[in-house]
Amino acid sequence: MSGGEALLFWVLGPTCVLGSLGLLFARKAVHAAMAMALVMVGLGIFYIAQYAEFVGIIQIFVYSGAVMMLFLFVIMTVGVESTTSSVETIGGQRIWGWLLALLFLGVAAFGLGRVTFPEPVGLDAAQTEGTVTALAREIFSRQVFSFEVLGSLLVIAVMGAMVLAHRERLVPRRTQRELAAERVRSNSFVAGKPAPGVYARHNASDTPALLPDGTPAAVSVPRVLVARGQEHPVPYRGIDPAGDTPETEDADLPAPSRSATTRGEQA
Amino acid sequence: MSLSVYIYLATILFTIGALVVLLRRNTIIVFMGVELMLNACNLALITFSRMHGNLDGQVYTLFVMVVAAAEVVVGLAIIMSIYRARRSASVDDANLLKL
Amino acid sequence: MSVLETSAGLALADPSAVRAIEATGTSALAWLLIALPLLGAGLLLVGGRATDKFGPLLATLLSWGSFVVGALVVLQLAGLGAEERSLSVPLWDWVTTGNLSVHAGLLIDPLSMAFVLLITFVGSLIHVYSLGYMQHDPDKRRFFAYLNLFVAAMLILVLADSYLLLFVGWEGVGLASYLLIGFWNHNPAYASAANKAFVVNRIGDFALIIAMAYMLYTYGALDYATVHGEAGSAATTTLTVIGLLLLLGACGKSAQFPLQSWLGDAMAGPTPVSALIHAATMVTAGVYLVARSQAIYDLTPDARLAVAIVGAITLLYGAIVGCAKDDIKKALAASTMSQIGYMMLAVGLGPIGYIYAIFHLITHGFFKAGMFLGAGSVMHAMNDRVDMRRFGALGREIKTTWITFGAGWLAIIGFPFTAGWFSKDHIIESAFSAPGWQGWVFGLVALLGAGITAFYMSRLFFMTFHGKARWEDDAAPHESPLTMTVPMMVLAVGSLVLGAVLYPTGVLTGWLEPVFGHGEAHESLIPLIGIQVSVFVLMALGVALAWLRYGRDEVPVVAPVGSFATRAARQDLFQDEFNETFLRRPGAGLVAGLEVADNDVIDGGMVGGTSRGLAGVANVVRQAQNGFVRSYALTMLAGIVAILGAVWVIQ
Repeated sequence: MSGGEALLFWVLGPTCVLGSLGLLFARKAVHAAMAMALVMVGLGIFYIAQYAEFVGIIQIFVYSGAVMMLFLFVIMTVGVESTTSSVETIGGQRIWGWLLALLFLGVAAFGLGRVTFPEPVGLDAAQTEGTVTALAREIFSRQVFSFEVLGSLLVIAVMGAMVLAHRERLVPRRTQRELAAERVRSNSFVAGKPAPGVYARHNASDTPALLPDGTPAAVSVPRVLVARGQEHPVPYRGIDPAGDTPETEDADLPAPSRSATTRGEQA
Repeated sequence: MSLSVYIYLATILFTIGALVVLLRRNTIIVFMGVELMLNACNLALITFSRMHGNLDGQVYTLFVMVVAAAEVVVGLAIIMSIYRARRSASVDDANLLKL
Repeated sequence: MSVLETSAGLALADPSAVRAIEATGTSALAWLLIALPLLGAGLLLVGGRATDKFGPLLATLLSWGSFVVGALVVLQLAGLGAEERSLSVPLWDWVTTGNLSVHAGLLIDPLSMAFVLLITFVGSLIHVYSLGYMQHDPDKRRFFAYLNLFVAAMLILVLADSYLLLFVGWEGVGLASYLLIGFWNHNPAYASAANKAFVVNRIGDFALIIAMAYMLYTYGALDYATVHGEAGSAATTTLTVIGLLLLLGACGKSAQFPLQSWLGDAMAGPTPVSALIHAATMVTAGVYLVARSQAIYDLTPDARLAVAIVGAITLLYGAIVGCAKDDIKKALAASTMSQIGYMMLAVGLGPIGYIYAIFHLITHGFFKAGMFLGAGSVMHAMNDRVDMRRFGALGREIKTTWITFGAGWLAIIGFPFTAGWFSKDHIIESAFSAPGWQGWVFGLVALLGAGITAFYMSRLFFMTFHGKARWEDDAAPHESPLTMTVPMMVLAVGSLVLGAVLYPTGVLTGWLEPVFGHGEAHESLIPLIGIQVSVFVLMALGVALAWLRYGRDEVPVVAPVGSFATRAARQDLFQDEFNETFLRRPGAGLVAGLEVADNDVIDGGMVGGTSRGLAGVANVVRQAQNGFVRSYALTMLAGIVAILGAVWVIQ
């Protein structure tokens, strides 16, 4: 281990530990995922430092690139905001978890301390042709059967994921024509629901549209955001639900009537 | 400085991964804990490969990555379908593994 | 040792141990004997109402067909030399497992063919009789199906060439008997009589099964040829045990003491059934079994003595019970028991008695069947009443029945030169020639039995056909149709002349000798003429006494209370009470105790305790199974730590 590598280790090693502790303590899943990505990249660098350049590159590409992106994607779907309460529900789980983990660390470290590691041989002899060629020889000759098995495992996993993620359509998809006909027939939102966030102060789909009298039309916010409680409230008649007091608009606004609000919601 | 520090680092990372699995309740984070444990093992494998001067460790690492990728694909699909069915990402909510 | 040697010598000399030669010609078709009535039973039972019209006639014809085949086989057999009259008809490999292989096959020898003729001839006559007797019964077809089934099963029993196949027939006749006793099963008493017969028979059957198992264990085979041929190779104790077990089996089927209780109740069946099954054929199966197993009994004097004792006891028992019964059929049943007692006594006497046992069996088959059919005819005339105290003076009204019944009566009391005289006197004579004390005991018992027989049969005869008419008001006696009277006439003729035809001419002795060998009689204790005279005197005394009490004097319509002895005899000498008190109650008590033990100790304590304990442990352990994945992961980590710790400790 050269001096440079030692320096790298002492810088990167604690970073990795810190990253993994971030995974352990982060309140939000996104933060945990970012910490995880950090650890992955750090480990990739370690691989490269240990003359396993190909594996290291793959680690950074596949793990930090693909796998972690997949995680982020799922987090986005499931809900960035979905945090779980930190109150432990299983009695004794936290104490026993820590206790056993520390015990494991102790036992493992003690065991490792008693091992006499041989003088490292180094990979120069093994990778004379270059790391990729050497690995290719290894994988496609000695380990070719395992490689094939892993290939089929991947295929099976993909198919399994498809089966799991697939949702059977129980009723036929309703066409736009049917939806329009229904709107007309029921005489509600014949011209379509108002689009959200079209006014200057806020331009986002979590902001309700304002009716001509200035009242927010709650129906304009996509119902998914409403279900998640992520809609952005707008001030009305000087009362800002979010807390920031409006200053200027007050005078400009016509006196709205309650009925206008209800009409807007119904229209 | 001996190469064994890498092994110690791997042990620490593995323990933290196990703790994540044990203590976190967000399914996705628990899953990442599993990934962390796999990665800790990979680090040990790479180090061993270097110690012994042959490429078996690196090959195994690649294989572990492939298996982990497959696992992630299926695991995340399961998380998705559980979330779809229960509107929850907590491990404890899927507690049907009992009588 | 010397006993064993003698036994071996005897076994080799035993003629029935000779392996049978394969049958050719008519005999090869002997399976038709069984197949014809079996076909009838099958057709009538499966055919259902479609065969109502012609079923009974078909069954009767098939039964006669069986008789014709039997007669042809006998003709062929008679044409062979005495030593060659043992033919085998192999049918198929039946049970082949491990070292055991039993072939289903028929054994045609003089003994089995004598039975075949008796069964098919009397059986067919009774089929004809039933055509008249059951004319108005709505279930006539079923009755004939059962009769055919019985004939087939009985033929299997006597024609079998192994104990196993014999057992098939044995159970078959038991089944047919059960079905026919309970033929009018809408009457609960009749149904329970059928059950009683079946259950008591099971005891005997069980003994037979054990005997077969013991044979299998000892000889490794069940066919007569092997078992009888190697009989001498077994220890005397083994042979005695087998002999006693076979005897118990025979007791069940033949209603011998101590399994006699079912026969009286079996009279619940239609009268032709009583005549065919419970008088002429099935109940003699026990005698056949003992006679067929002579090779075994020849080697074990103890078991043979037991046979003779059982016969002697039953002989007296039946005779005493017969004296007190007022039910005409039950009196005849008691008489049957007594007569079979004679046969058992005879086969128990050894080679000197076998031929006379079979002889008496055949003559008894004729005269007892004839009398039962006569009793049926009387019942037919008297609106199905059976109480002899309400009969009387029927002789003038139903003359044919009176005459035919009279023939049977003469035969059974042993009137000189009738069939019964020949056969019974020889049995009494053989009994007197038994060695030592046995001669006196068995001889006197047989002699006394003859006297009592004469008394109770005369009582029955006089109460029914003579004296004053004690009929109930609605009685209008009338003679039965020809289908009923013709078989009675045939049997009556047989009762009178069969003895004279078979014995003095030497036909029977010559016919059966190849099977039983020639038993040279010991010197009789009393000279033959002395026995015959004393039998005649006793018979005359019995008849005279019966005439005085039941022919000349008024017979009370309601049975008088009578002495203790009379009351005991009326109740079958307390056989049912004895069985109830000493067998059924302790048995029921034992079962109840076992049930309690099973419930409390086995189910409650061991099984229940185990399951409760497991449930308790499971309830505790279940707490760990909380369904949280993280809990499970925790236990995994604990396991890993434990393994690492263990490795550390070991190092």
